[in-house]
Amino acid sequence: MSRARHFRGIFTALLALALLLPMLAQAIDALPFKDRAEEQRFQNLTRQLRCLVCQNESLADSSADLAKDLREEVFEQMKQGKSDIEIKQYLTARYGDFVLYNPPLRGGTALLWFGPLLVLLIGAGIVYRIVRRRAKVTPATPSAASSEEDW
Amino acid sequence: MNARFLPLVGFGLVAALLAFGIHYMRNNSMNEVPSPLIGKAAPAFDLPLLNDPGKRLSNADLAGKPYLLNVFASWCFACRDEHPILMSEGRKLGIPIIGFNYKDEAADATRWLQQFGDPYSVVIADRDGRIAIDFGVYGAPESFLVDGKGIIRYKRIGAITPEILAFELKPRLAAMQGESP
Repeated sequence: MSRARHFRGIFTALLALALLLPMLAQAIDALPFKDRAEEQRFQNLTRQLRCLVCQNESLADSSADLAKDLREEVFEQMKQGKSDIEIKQYLTARYGDFVLYNPPLRGGTALLWFGPLLVLLIGAGIVYRIVRRRAKVTPATPSAASSEEDW
Repeated sequence: MNARFLPLVGFGLVAALLAFGIHYMRNNSMNEVPSPLIGKAAPAFDLPLLNDPGKRLSNADLAGKPYLLNVFASWCFACRDEHPILMSEGRKLGIPIIGFNYKDEAADATRWLQQFGDPYSVVIADRDGRIAIDFGVYGAPESFLVDGKGIIRYKRIGAITPEILAFELKPRLAAMQGESP
């Protein structure tokens, strides 16, 4: 009985810890947002930007020193009334397209954007050819016996 | 073509793609982000000197002569690896090496230079890292080769190794010096 209570105590403590952790993550750096909308715009923008130091994290999630500086820079520029596009241009001028999780569409990135479609079309072409060839080889109405065999 | 070989051809193509991937990753570090600043004017800076914060150094002071800007910090391990080659080969380059002390405590940086030696013509301190952002710095060490017109000609992300010095830095420097100013 006491053992069960003991475990329940541990469980409660772990649950409390698990619930508290996201709060810690939220408090990476407390920026003075004037309202919820501004904070959401900031979160939305920094999620689209890549941290240069730990390259698989967004600027919003990273705890790297440079990411913190860049978050402050983004926040400053938002305060100055710059648009999201202007802020992105500011960063790409310094760090290249790499900072954007969404690569821009231009000559050099055309393959990136349309490559999958191209592969899909090639695949569809191959399937079409195979299906047509099979349709020629197999009789249009298979006999009852062979269709039973297949099933 | 015999259709029986199609799967083999498919396998061959995938194998070739993977082999290319391995080969590419070996020769190109994925951590290196190509700088959009190459071929463009070095960002404007006006920063205090590390050993004499009353004095400052700006682009204007360096106009007309090529220089190597080397981003370093006392907290940066790779900078320590890079340091000996700057000490032994730096002077032989024939251009000033400007130390760019990045997000560092002045006392720490000064002690670091006393301990390992000072290869720099002058050291400027970017305490809060704002100018470093303009240079697209995201880690130390980084080095920028800037020509007499103030254009960034080459950027090295990571330590300067003997190979980098011989095959990347020196040829570019020679090419720059061959140009008429």
